[in-house]
Amino acid sequence: MKPIMEIDNAVKTIYNDNENLNILDGINLKIYPGDFIVVLGTNGAGKSTLLDAITGANQLSSGKILLNDEDITNKNLAKRSQFISRVYQDPKLGTSPRMTVAENLLLAQRRGLPRRLRLRHLKENLPKFEDFTSDLPTLDNRLNTFTEKLSGGQRQTLSFLMAIIQKPELLLLDEHTAALDPQTSQELMDLTDKVIKEKNLTSLMVTHNLSEAVKYGNRLIVLKKGQIILDLDTEAKAKLKEKDLLEYF
Amino acid sequence: MNLFVSTISQGLIWSVMAIGLFITFRILDFPDMTVEGAFPLGAVTTVMFIQHGMNPELAMLIAFVFGCLAGFVTAFMYAKMHIPSLLAGILTMTGLYSVNLRILGKANMSLTKPDNVFNQFGLDKLPTNFNGIFLGIILLTIIIFLLTVFLNTEKGQALIATGDNETMAASLGINTTSMKFIGIMISNGIVALTGGLIAQQNGFADVNMGIGSIVIGLSAIIIGEVIYPNVPLSIRIITIVIGSIVYRVILMLVLQLGFNTNDLKLISAIILALCLALPTIRAQFFKTFRNGVKVK
Repeated sequence: MKPIMEIDNAVKTIYNDNENLNILDGINLKIYPGDFIVVLGTNGAGKSTLLDAITGANQLSSGKILLNDEDITNKNLAKRSQFISRVYQDPKLGTSPRMTVAENLLLAQRRGLPRRLRLRHLKENLPKFEDFTSDLPTLDNRLNTFTEKLSGGQRQTLSFLMAIIQKPELLLLDEHTAALDPQTSQELMDLTDKVIKEKNLTSLMVTHNLSEAVKYGNRLIVLKKGQIILDLDTEAKAKLKEKDLLEYF
Repeated sequence: MNLFVSTISQGLIWSVMAIGLFITFRILDFPDMTVEGAFPLGAVTTVMFIQHGMNPELAMLIAFVFGCLAGFVTAFMYAKMHIPSLLAGILTMTGLYSVNLRILGKANMSLTKPDNVFNQFGLDKLPTNFNGIFLGIILLTIIIFLLTVFLNTEKGQALIATGDNETMAASLGINTTSMKFIGIMISNGIVALTGGLIAQQNGFADVNMGIGSIVIGLSAIIIGEVIYPNVPLSIRIITIVIGSIVYRVILMLVLQLGFNTNDLKLISAIILALCLALPTIRAQFFKTFRNGVKVK
């Protein structure tokens, strides 16, 4: 099977305290269609930098990123966003507070579409959002609510919906449940898992939560000091226990 | 009565500038000092072209384009050269002072040609100051209509999203740099257009006439927001017009109390500071007096 994404010897160097520091230090990773990869690592291991490099928010110092065999290393964030979507840890980062839920979803729906598909056309599809959001108790009947009036959990659910409303080639989840209370976090994680399976999305999820890391996903990688120190395939991950991961932290 | 009509007329015309300012300050969240240079730029351009025999409407259109160009310079420094927003605006504003002097050839110029927008289309037959009200309403209707339509297009929504959350906008494929250019250019175009309008109403252009224009525009926006909080965007634009009129009425009342007109800018600044502080004062008041009872 051909990988959707291939990260080849990715290095990100920053100048810190009078010395060069490799935040990413030769990352090699192949992501295959349908993969749900869980990324674990301590603070400063390079998890978010890796996601920044994939989305184009941060350019690599050296190395290559291929998406469906096309070199996207030098493409900017806006261009890559046609194929890659991301849900941030902070619920406020993923939505536009002075726009309504519907307007946010409309904006997200235009991602990756040809320019000729104007807002008017998209607005005609608005009932579809209502069908969609009615399954989600947190956003039911709130299409015309300004996003700034939503709770953190509702905003993060909206961010997640915005990330998947146009099926992305690759979905990045950057500790997207970490800022929520345990119950909301669990609800959103269950929704995430359900949607990823139903839509057969290829995903990369960063988490600090070991039980989440064991429970979800079909692959697992552990990052330490910018390097992949553990890469488990589906079979190995299925046998994984939470205590097995402790030695890596 | 005449004073009151004049106040309404001033409020309506200055609200056009405030709407321009609203695009940068509120929609793009960009504190744009260019306005203080773009406003006299519009005034000097309009007066200069009318003095050279140009049709006043065409002169104002050119003033709009010149304002857009001033906005382009600020946007270029900010979005492409990564100069901090406040500094980029100040640099353009400072440069525009010389540009305005170059255009005018001196510090001020009277409009001696009889033709201007206030006496065309039979407006000169209206009672004193009613032409300003009539023209203000027409211009505001056009600008509010166009702006509301624009903000509801895909580009307009992208502009709002850019000002609201640039990280999100960029991650949705919006070219945030272009959006900053569009917003800052349109804003300064509208401000310059107002400059041209005010110059024709006053009968002269002065290179210093932009001083304090940001305070006037912001006062209109803030007063509108204080009177009508939490309203949809299209209504918010209309509240700016109401805010601008209220601001002019407050100024008129203060001057009627016998204050020196030289203190006008100081009074304007105090009014704006009070309006900005009002939400905090109100919150403090409700915290201290809950249900009319003083909380210890």
